[in-house]
Amino acid sequence: MKERKNEAVIKITDLSFAYLSRDYIFKKFNFNFSKGERIGLVGPNGSGKTTLFHLIMGLLHPSEGKIEIFGKERKVENDFIEVRERIGLVFQDPDDQLFSPTVAEDIAFGPLNLRKNHQETKKILKETLETLGLAGFEDRITYNLSYGEKRLVSLATVWAMQPEILLLDEPTIWLDEETIEKIVQILNNHPHLSYIIISHDKKFLRETTNKTFKMINGKIEKI
Amino acid sequence: MIKEKFSEGDSLLHKLDPRVKIIVALSFSVIVAVTDKYTSLSVALLFAVGAVAVARLETKEIISRLLVVNSFIFLLWLMLPFTFPGKNIYTLDSLNISQEGIKYALLITIKSNSIILAGIALLSTSSIFNLVHALRHLYLPDKLTQLFFFTYRYTQTIHSEYIRLNNALKIRGFKAQTNFHTYRTYAYLVGMMLVRSYDRSKRVYNAMLCRGFKGKLWTLNHFVFKKSDFVTGMVMISCIIGLVLLP
Repeated sequence: MKERKNEAVIKITDLSFAYLSRDYIFKKFNFNFSKGERIGLVGPNGSGKTTLFHLIMGLLHPSEGKIEIFGKERKVENDFIEVRERIGLVFQDPDDQLFSPTVAEDIAFGPLNLRKNHQETKKILKETLETLGLAGFEDRITYNLSYGEKRLVSLATVWAMQPEILLLDEPTIWLDEETIEKIVQILNNHPHLSYIIISHDKKFLRETTNKTFKMINGKIEKI
Repeated sequence: MIKEKFSEGDSLLHKLDPRVKIIVALSFSVIVAVTDKYTSLSVALLFAVGAVAVARLETKEIISRLLVVNSFIFLLWLMLPFTFPGKNIYTLDSLNISQEGIKYALLITIKSNSIILAGIALLSTSSIFNLVHALRHLYLPDKLTQLFFFTYRYTQTIHSEYIRLNNALKIRGFKAQTNFHTYRTYAYLVGMMLVRSYDRSKRVYNAMLCRGFKGKLWTLNHFVFKKSDFVTGMVMISCIIGLVLLP
């Protein structure tokens, strides 16, 4: 399905969502995201930033409202398979993301799920590692990596799927300045990439995004 | 934690196609388990020791693994000679030691050690990922192979949660003692460990879904069935058939 330029690729209308036995996080929530946008998302803890990502990826389902992604309404599990192949979510905790013994196998996991053949996968693997400055990491054991390395490898595992849109959940948290600078460079070297970044790092957002939205009390507003 | 200590190496057995290894290990185990002939079993034990030697594994680690198995077998030696009906060869106070009982215990000892050694030599010389992949190639249903893989993966997760929680206890001066406080703390630890691992396993699964996981695990490295795999496999299978044919 082709979507017209500038039309929202993620369109959320009148969405309501609540976790079990808790108050609504979203009530009649609206949000649009178009290709080419690079936005930052801020807001207090518990305001629903991560929840929004999980709703977009179909890991959580709203009690009411409509989620349209790539011009199609997404409701049940099967609708989200295509979404997950085209939008990449990097989790906040890299230990949630990495599960294979070696870096190479973990990075190959996504491309292989996309049914790339082995030659293509190996090529993607090599390119991804080079792009993210991880060349030579192929055979490293994932649970023996340092925290910063784990974060970069997590990004690599999603990057390897060549997503059209990236959703990054606190990508700089607990990282040193050098590693943060590396991520800034990677993102800015790919000007055609669209993304939403949840972060509390104002400097990082200034360097990587051109718009910031604030989420508070189940609403989202541009600041 | 399950460490794949033996999975790295470049011996003949490390290089052997995991599919061949699984088939050989399985047929060896079945044959050894059902045979009752001492000659066959002694040769089987020799084969198993030989295989470990070919795999060039660290002796100390192998002995420590065998000790675990044999500590259970030791319990059998405490029971079987006294309880198994048969010809009485020695009387200890009022307990009769039967010849059949000793034979039976010996049989079990040889069998289990042979199977364990063969398993170490053949299976632990492959990484879990490769074994899972090999099982899929041998047409084991996807659900079973995944169960196998995730059991491995989450044992590690649970273990690392345990270490984290245990450290949290330690840094606040916890010392295990025989009192109610200790029992309660351990109960909390186990409970928290399970809850946390469950949550984490859900998050890992979600992360996998986000990367397009649809129920099949694909591996990066494909197996190539080489001529040497065929030859080694045939030699091993012939040895196993030989075991059956021994007088």
